[in-house]
Amino acid sequence: MDSSKKIDAILEAETSTLDYLTESLLSVVFEKYGYDFRNYSKAHVKRRLLNRMRLSKLESISMLQHQIMHDSSFAIQFIKDLSISVTEMFRDPDFYLAFRDRVVPILKTWPYIKIWHAGCSTGEEVYSMAILLKEEGLYNRVQIYATDFNNDSIKQGKEGIYSVENIKKYARNYQASGAKGTFSDYYHAQYDSAIMAPSLKKNIVWANHNLVTDADFTETQVIVCRNVLIYFNKELQNKVHHLFNSSLVKGGLLCLGDKESLQFTDCSHNYEALSKKHKIFKKLYLQ
Amino acid sequence: MKILNDYKAILIGASAGSLKIITNILTALPKDFTIPILIVQHRRNGADGIMAELLNDHSQLRVKEADEKEKIRAGTVYLAPPNYHLLLEPDLTLTLTIDERVNYARPSIDVLFETAAESCKEKIIGIICSGGNTDGAFGLQQIKLNKGITIVQNPETAEVKSMPLAAIQAANPDYILSPEEISSLLLTIHENQKSHEFEY
Repeated sequence: MDSSKKIDAILEAETSTLDYLTESLLSVVFEKYGYDFRNYSKAHVKRRLLNRMRLSKLESISMLQHQIMHDSSFAIQFIKDLSISVTEMFRDPDFYLAFRDRVVPILKTWPYIKIWHAGCSTGEEVYSMAILLKEEGLYNRVQIYATDFNNDSIKQGKEGIYSVENIKKYARNYQASGAKGTFSDYYHAQYDSAIMAPSLKKNIVWANHNLVTDADFTETQVIVCRNVLIYFNKELQNKVHHLFNSSLVKGGLLCLGDKESLQFTDCSHNYEALSKKHKIFKKLYLQ
Repeated sequence: MKILNDYKAILIGASAGSLKIITNILTALPKDFTIPILIVQHRRNGADGIMAELLNDHSQLRVKEADEKEKIRAGTVYLAPPNYHLLLEPDLTLTLTIDERVNYARPSIDVLFETAAESCKEKIIGIICSGGNTDGAFGLQQIKLNKGITIVQNPETAEVKSMPLAAIQAANPDYILSPEEISSLLLTIHENQKSHEFEY
C-alpha cells in the first residue's frame, strides 16, 4: 500500500471524529497563534487541512495538531494554507470600468478621500486602484490603507515587486479596464521582475489588520473588499458587514467581489446599489 | 452496490466533448427530479451565464449558475461559474472560492468532488464525463472512499477519453456507462428516493 492510499485509509477510519478534531485544531490555532479560522467556510478549511496532511505526510489530525502546537514555522505554513493569496491586477476589468464611470464622479466632489483595501493580500488590486486614481486626477487627494492579516503578504505588497510574466497578463486586464495611460509607465522591469513606480506608493499605508478580530476604521469614504468574504460563513460575513458599515461615512462606497452580495446580511437596508452587476454599493445618508 | 434513498447531490464533472452528454442527461430527467445536480464544466472565462441559459432551454429542471452561500434544492441544476471553484458545505450551501487553479482548472472538478465527499460522505453521486485531462480522478476516488456512488462515462462513448480513463484508473468506479445508461440509472435512483418519500 503506497503512502497516499494509506493516509486515505486512515482518513476514512477517522471520518466520524473529523469534525470534532477540526474544531479542536482550529481552537488551538486561535489560542496559540491568535488567528481565528473557526468561522471560515468548513469545506474550504477541511480541504486545505487534508491537503496539508497529504503534503506533509501526516497520518492523522492529531499529528497535525501536535506539529502545529510545537513547531511555529509549520504553524505559519498552515495559517498560510488557510489564507487566500490569489489575486491579480485589474481582476474583473469590468469592475474598474464601472468604478471609473460611477464612483469617480462622486469622489471628485470630496476634498479628501480615505480608501480601505481590506484583505489586500499581496497588493495587486491596491496598485490597480492607485493607477486608476492617478489617471482620474484624484491620487493626491487620497490616502489608501491596504490591510491584511498576513504579514508576508503585506511585505510583498509594500515592496511592490511582481513577476514580469504576470505583469504581461495584467496589461491585458488593464487595457480592458478603461485605461487612460500606458501600463509600462507604472513599473520598472528588470530581468524577471517588475517593481511598481514610487509615485504609486506615495499615498499607500500598509498595515496588519485582521477582519475577524480587529476593530473598525473610522471615517472611510471607500471600502474595497473583493473575494475575501466568500471564505467566511454567514455569521462571520454578517459581523464583518457591521464592521464595514460602522467604518464608512454616510454616502461612502462599498465594493465587493463579483459573486458577493449584501443580501442575507443585517446591513442590506443600509445601502443602495450603485452598480448591482459590479457589486458597488452606496451607504445611505438616512439609516 | 446498495442504493440509498437519501442522496444529497449528484455531481457531474465535464470537460471537452461533454456538453452534448450533459444536455442529454438533463433532457432525460423529469421536472420533479428529487436530487439537486451540481455541474463543473471546464470552459473559457467570460462565457458568463450563456451555458446556464442554453441548458435551461433543454431541461425541465431549473438550470442556473451557482450563487455564493446558496442552499441547494431538488429540481435545480447548479453550474460552477467561470473562474471560481465550487465547494459543497456540510449544511448543503455552496461556497465559491478564488483559490489557485487545480489541474490547471478553475473551476476544478476535484475541488467540488472532494469537498462534497467530505461534507456528505456516502450520500453523494459522482459522474465523470468526456474530457482531455485528469481533473476529477482524485475527487471521484474520494467519493468512492466515502462509499458514495461513482460513475464514469464509458471511454468508448466519449469524444475525448483521457478524463474518463484517468477516473477509472484512480477510483475503480461502481459503474462505467454510456450516456443513455447514466440517464436511466439516475432515473432509477430518483424513483427509489421518491417512493421512499411517499412512505412518510
